[in-house]
Amino acid sequence: MKRSRFPLLIMGLVLLFFYLPIIILVINSFNASRFGSGWQGFSLIWYRRLLHEPEIWAAARNTLVIAVLVTIVSLILGTTSALALHRFAKSRLQRVHYTLIYTPLVVPEILMGISLLMGFVAAGVGLGLFTIFLAHVTFCISYVALVVLGRLQDFDFSVVEAAQDLGAGWWATARKVLLPMLAPGLAAGGLLAFTLSVDDFVITFFVAGPGATTLPIRVYSMIKHGATPLINALSTILLVLTFTIVLVSQRLSRSNILEGGV
Amino acid sequence: MKTLRRKSLQEWLLTAPSFLWLAAFFLLPTLLVFFLAFRPADPYGGIGPGWTLNTLKALGHSYYLDIAWRTLWVSLLTTAFCVLLAVPTGYALARASEKRRRLLLMLVIVPFWTSFLIRIFAWKSLLHPEGLIKHVLIAVGLADPQTSLLYNTGAVVLVMVYTFLPFSILPIYAAAEKFDFRLVEAARDLGARPFAAFLKVFLPGIRSGLVTAILVVFIPALGSYVIPDIVGGPRSEMIGNKIAQRVFVDRNLPHASALSVVLILAVLAPLLAILVLQRKKDKEKPRVIVPEDA
Repeated sequence: MKRSRFPLLIMGLVLLFFYLPIIILVINSFNASRFGSGWQGFSLIWYRRLLHEPEIWAAARNTLVIAVLVTIVSLILGTTSALALHRFAKSRLQRVHYTLIYTPLVVPEILMGISLLMGFVAAGVGLGLFTIFLAHVTFCISYVALVVLGRLQDFDFSVVEAAQDLGAGWWATARKVLLPMLAPGLAAGGLLAFTLSVDDFVITFFVAGPGATTLPIRVYSMIKHGATPLINALSTILLVLTFTIVLVSQRLSRSNILEGGV
Repeated sequence: MKTLRRKSLQEWLLTAPSFLWLAAFFLLPTLLVFFLAFRPADPYGGIGPGWTLNTLKALGHSYYLDIAWRTLWVSLLTTAFCVLLAVPTGYALARASEKRRRLLLMLVIVPFWTSFLIRIFAWKSLLHPEGLIKHVLIAVGLADPQTSLLYNTGAVVLVMVYTFLPFSILPIYAAAEKFDFRLVEAARDLGARPFAAFLKVFLPGIRSGLVTAILVVFIPALGSYVIPDIVGGPRSEMIGNKIAQRVFVDRNLPHASALSVVLILAVLAPLLAILVLQRKKDKEKPRVIVPEDA
């Protein structure tokens, strides 16, 4: 029976739609032209300019420091949460717990941003890098928890019991059996938390206050004030980094992104 | 008895960290937003004393109704386009050979990981008066040099579809992958036309994926703020833009809270639908992919 070619055609167009803007942006980052209208020769001038933008580098450093701390803290909180959700799945407390983990994922970012802002204002916490850190952990916990939970559900728990039967203590079981089995899930969750933190703009913008700048906030103000060729160059660097991270994470957990839930 | 108590202690120890964190930084602040909507603003950007219903009443003004209507309309349009493109794409993905599928899936997932602002910016430069699309359109005679491709509602919908499409493809693909395509062949053998088989056999077969796809686009679309801010004009503002404006420009937190309450209520309706559906599906794996914007 002849299969319709229509879905294939649409998929091709969709992929073209996905990649064309990105490809043109990358090409333009090597364009000597200031306005990106027409090709005026290959040039690395925008990349060189980027080196002389201390504000961008300061923002990049803030972003990196926050992302590393957020990854560590949200990995701990997300993993304990997943363990609780998995082990005590039947209890009423875990039903509430699951709702609390799940809801932040479906709430639009702007709502989380504004409520966190109100919370910090009401509690009298000064806005800055610290509030950005608190906010990022808040939305990363849920992602980490669900990715790790996805892993746990594929587990063979008899191995853990076997270890305990053979006399391993709680700590030895956790370190020598549970942790190695969980490692791919932890890596995937950690990478997800890291990229989400690096990339977040909306929530960060609400809780940053006037002084603190992260890379997305810097990029946003560059877009608003029209430093076009510089953003092309910066974006290309970030895209290369992202692609590398995606490749690594695919290696770490084959198709986990689809099956783990996120 | 002792083991029972130990077990519940263990449960509390494992639950407490994430539970308390989310209670303090998610639950309480959300409740606070409801609370602040009933407080007056003071002229210095803070919260005044006493209680008032005026802020909520002010939202009945036709100006806000226009914005609410536009928010709903733009979100629905975005969702419709996303689903229309995602269904054939998910179908093609599910029918691709094993080897090809890996590569194609990867191609669909990568945009999902790339920076949200960069994706919007890429479109801003494409639609720019000096950008490629305008040049092409003028060359083919579809636009004259005066047409503006940026700063209108069309541009907002286009970029929103671009941003949210990967999120709608994944759940539809996941459902299509489990679908038994022999059912479509059976329908065809029994005389159904290809399109009828698609409509009456395939679509109902991937219903759960469709519902997820609709929700993961529609809900964040309602809260959009950055996209209309960058590629939209004053006539394409959405609720999100008003909330941001009240916070950053007018420094009126109660007003921002009142607008947020409206947005929360708008989001809550489809959200409840998710929960009901999930309960129905019992304890299947949680399978939710939520886009970052807003």
